[in-house]
Amino acid sequence: MMALPYITEHTGFTGTVYATEPTVQIGRLLMEELVNFIERVPKAQSASLWKNKDIQRLLPSPLKDAVEVSTWRRCYTMQEVNSALSKIQLVGYSQKIELFGAVQVTPLSSGYALGSSNWIIQSHYEKVSYVSGSSLLTTHPQPMDQASLKNSDVLVLTGLTQIPTANPDGMVGEFCSNLALTVRNGGNVLVPCYPSGVIYDLLECLYQYIDSAGLSNIPFYFISPVANSSLEFSQIFAEWLCHNKQTKVYLPEPPFPHAELIQTNKLRHYPSIHGDFSNDFRQPCVVFTGHPSLRFGDVVHFMELWGKSSLNTVIFTEPDFSYLEALAPYQPLAMKCIYCPIDTRLNFIQVSKLLKEVQPLHVVCPEQYTQPPPAQSHRMDLMIDCQPPAMSYRRAEVLALPFKRLFEKIEIMPELADSLVPMEIKPGISLATVSAVLHTKDNKHVLQPPPRPAPPTSGKKRKRASEDIPDCKVLKPLLSGSIPVEQFVQTLEKHGFSDVKVEDTAKGHIVLLQEAETLIQIEEDSTHIICDNDEMLRVRLRDLVLKFLQKF
Amino acid sequence: MPEIRVTPLGAGQDVGRSCILVSIGGKNVMLDCGMHMGFNDDRRFPDFSYITRNGRLTDFLDCVIISHFHLDHCGALPYFSEMVGYDGPIYMTHPTQAICPILLEDYRKIAVDKKGEANFFTSQMIKDCMKKVVAVHLHQTVQVDDELEIKAYYAGHVLGAAMFQIKVGSESVVYTGDYNMTPDRHLGAAWIDKCRPNLLITESTYATTIRDSKRCRERDFLKKVHETVERGGKVLIPVFALGRAQELCILLETFWERVNLKAPIYFSTGLTEKANHYYKLFITWTNQKIRKTFVQRNMFEFKHIKAFDRAFADNPGPMVVFATPGMLHAGQSLQIFRKWAGNEKNMVIMPGYCVQGTVGHKILSGQRKLEMEGRQVLEVKMQVEYMSFSAHADAKGIMQLVGQAEPESVLLVHGEAKKMEFLKQKIEQEFRVNCYMPANGETVTLPTSPSIPVGISLGLLKREMAQGLLPSAKKPRLLHGTLIMKDSSFQLVSSEQALKELGLAEHQLRFTCRVHLHDSRKEQETAARVYSHLKSILKDHCVQHLPDGSVTVESILIQAAAHSEDPGTKVLLVSWTYQDEELGSYLTSLLKKGLPQAPS
Repeated sequence: MMALPYITEHTGFTGTVYATEPTVQIGRLLMEELVNFIERVPKAQSASLWKNKDIQRLLPSPLKDAVEVSTWRRCYTMQEVNSALSKIQLVGYSQKIELFGAVQVTPLSSGYALGSSNWIIQSHYEKVSYVSGSSLLTTHPQPMDQASLKNSDVLVLTGLTQIPTANPDGMVGEFCSNLALTVRNGGNVLVPCYPSGVIYDLLECLYQYIDSAGLSNIPFYFISPVANSSLEFSQIFAEWLCHNKQTKVYLPEPPFPHAELIQTNKLRHYPSIHGDFSNDFRQPCVVFTGHPSLRFGDVVHFMELWGKSSLNTVIFTEPDFSYLEALAPYQPLAMKCIYCPIDTRLNFIQVSKLLKEVQPLHVVCPEQYTQPPPAQSHRMDLMIDCQPPAMSYRRAEVLALPFKRLFEKIEIMPELADSLVPMEIKPGISLATVSAVLHTKDNKHVLQPPPRPAPPTSGKKRKRASEDIPDCKVLKPLLSGSIPVEQFVQTLEKHGFSDVKVEDTAKGHIVLLQEAETLIQIEEDSTHIICDNDEMLRVRLRDLVLKFLQKF
Repeated sequence: MPEIRVTPLGAGQDVGRSCILVSIGGKNVMLDCGMHMGFNDDRRFPDFSYITRNGRLTDFLDCVIISHFHLDHCGALPYFSEMVGYDGPIYMTHPTQAICPILLEDYRKIAVDKKGEANFFTSQMIKDCMKKVVAVHLHQTVQVDDELEIKAYYAGHVLGAAMFQIKVGSESVVYTGDYNMTPDRHLGAAWIDKCRPNLLITESTYATTIRDSKRCRERDFLKKVHETVERGGKVLIPVFALGRAQELCILLETFWERVNLKAPIYFSTGLTEKANHYYKLFITWTNQKIRKTFVQRNMFEFKHIKAFDRAFADNPGPMVVFATPGMLHAGQSLQIFRKWAGNEKNMVIMPGYCVQGTVGHKILSGQRKLEMEGRQVLEVKMQVEYMSFSAHADAKGIMQLVGQAEPESVLLVHGEAKKMEFLKQKIEQEFRVNCYMPANGETVTLPTSPSIPVGISLGLLKREMAQGLLPSAKKPRLLHGTLIMKDSSFQLVSSEQALKELGLAEHQLRFTCRVHLHDSRKEQETAARVYSHLKSILKDHCVQHLPDGSVTVESILIQAAAHSEDPGTKVLLVSWTYQDEELGSYLTSLLKKGLPQAPS
């Protein structure tokens, strides 16, 4: 969602954006923080000439190796954020949203964050699921809805865990023990993090861990321009939380224990390091602050402040940035660095379990998931394995999904349905020919009974019209079946044709009515009546032939 | 003929014990399961034996839906599910699920502990009953089973109140529960999309009232409270713990702050503190303004309003007390009322509707001598004021909702018969739809004519649609196809495809007629004359003269040949298939009449 303003504000986009309420509220907080951080360090000028490929080539690494620099953009402003968010229409899980009557879109809980969604796009006969950033672990959000993903024709799978080898539970344990160790030795702990998401779980773990680890006197600081809002908002989305937390709300108690941490003054939050924080600041302490890239935000100050002492520790929990790269400009560092990335999104074992459960006809995923990660090319288990093999896509590639639309839903009006005459062709299969008027409105199709022919009014004008050119739009049904010659001849004789003569041909028979100079060729799947211009006779013969055939 | 049947077991031409049975598309749904505040005997609960005399309710009902937590909408739930016996799903919103058991427990306590009733549901029953509840989100489409789906819409009224759409196939019913079409100080307005249900079941508490603006009412209310407090009187405001209480608290809180009043405001304890907490946690269900500002200042944290203790009632000096329940039929509000009724300086403000039979209803209808338990007579000297703060839609609001949803017919419940009659006429006049108002136990049957959904092959549909787009096809076109019914699947395909699918070969029936023409010219010339003749007559058709000398009209082939005996006669062979029968037949008779003389 973080790139939304680029789409809604700069591309001429005029459509609607759908999102759940927590996504919008928390997304707003994340963007607000980002904008705030960036705007704190205004740049008078911005250079763009270096983006020219010829110049970029000559620049030192890493600038030289950066890809797609021409697509790099300046950060949006709060005004653009607000304008982007105003285009969002709120939706709830399992809400069916009709798009132009053609497809239905439904968000489902993905279990990763508050309000995070997978989406189903379906017509009446086809179903495409988009699974992105899902988690099967029990953390704070509502569990992932897997059942609704079943019977998908295509499942688009992305947003898997960035560190498939790390176990989030183990990482949380490591996080807690390292934190306790540092603090006990009189050092400070810095946790670069986003203002929402994993931090809720970390605070909850610490809440349980503090007393047993004897940390009750250590202050925890959460510094972010949106710290307060984030903590408050997390408490009001009861309906989007896991069952345990919901039950708490019913009591009624706040669903997250950080409310209690705040009440007992163990956790304090500040909009920035300026102001109140500088008065309250006590060491040793634990600080949660952003930005996890260590390039901007309040975290920079703490890196400068604590980096020189080996007593202090920085613990990386967000998986989005390589911690080595993040630390590079601060080297040499005396401070300890611990890397315990916590990424609760699906790993490859969970993916194969999910696919077995959901059984989509086809899987579509980004190219990198179809082969082991380049750093661990021997790990064949770190890729998506499914049958038929997943179709992969690359950046800016258009992929044709492997299904053909055959049917569309149409409604038959009850009056028309009443007039249909079904006949049983094979056991269990009935047919009825339908002639109706098609009405299409908003991509909904309805069949209405054909208009009754206007009653023949007396008068010359009407009579004249009846002789008029026939309306060939009244379609005749197709015929099927074959004509048994002997029975046909018998029938002919019964109807007064006395001089019937049958000749065999290579493919069938020829029935001759000598007197009328009429010839009827009968073959397995065709009948040809050749006669003089005697309409009466022709119509009689036609009706006799039709008796042997089925109409469609 | 398919139909929708509706039978109110409660709230039919009445307010209280809302309970409406709906049968739609072969599914049976019970809407609300309330108790009646005006009765203390069997009549307080709906008569569930109506549903089934001797079978299990679970077998008969597909689901139960509770619109909001007021007891007249959910009060009979534990009795229904645990004592009568129902094990199917019960749907309600999250806030309702949270608050409902607390109110039920409260109700149980008053009934059993205070009035000493036996054979009432127990606390355990309330818990067991709540285990059967499935919580729904707003706008979430809940699939009760393969065919039945329900969807909740925001209804305003109280925290967590919802309207429900019940849908089976293309038939649907909307039940409004109680709703409010104007946003108030703490909740938003009800909203529904243009879902065009077959039937809209709406409450009609204020069927005849059109309320003035909210601002005037609020000013009035504050003025009355202020005056009473100024002259040292006590103000009693009987409320239900959730709903109006919070709205009025916000109102008084801001007023006290602005005017800097010192008189204490109390809120009867227990429930209410908890209640405020619910509002804080379910803030997403409140109105826009509160939601926007809650991080800075949570509107449900009151500075001036304190918890009430029973002893405070005898304190001298002015005070304002919010006490439960709202209709003065039991509990603390009634106790305080009895204490203060004798003093004309005091005032009681009834902010909501009172059901017949309650003390609230009696004093509002002007009764000043009340017979209490034990034959005591209580004389009411205090001022009695009524102020409609009830969060029900007024007549205007109801009409507005009907306009929003565009139902095919409307059914009124939860109101008084006389007032309903008036509204019924109004709805029938304005929207030209049928409007019903059944009494309890009376069934309304609505025939419906659902369309039948079938699958149409995309090829056929696209072909037809493309032709429908041609400017020439202004008049409705006929679509021709074959419906294949196999097991329970219905597919509409083109006739050719139907044949292919069933493995049948098409049988071609062809006709060839010989038409004799007197024409001594060459065959080619004859053909050319036929061509120009047909071209001039059949303007709508595609007439072509092919290089091999034959003429086609659509797919009909006309060839000219020399007569074997008579050189002055040419034979026209007209050949067509059965599908072109009309045109072929027409052509032969046309050609038989001969060709016009060539203008040579």
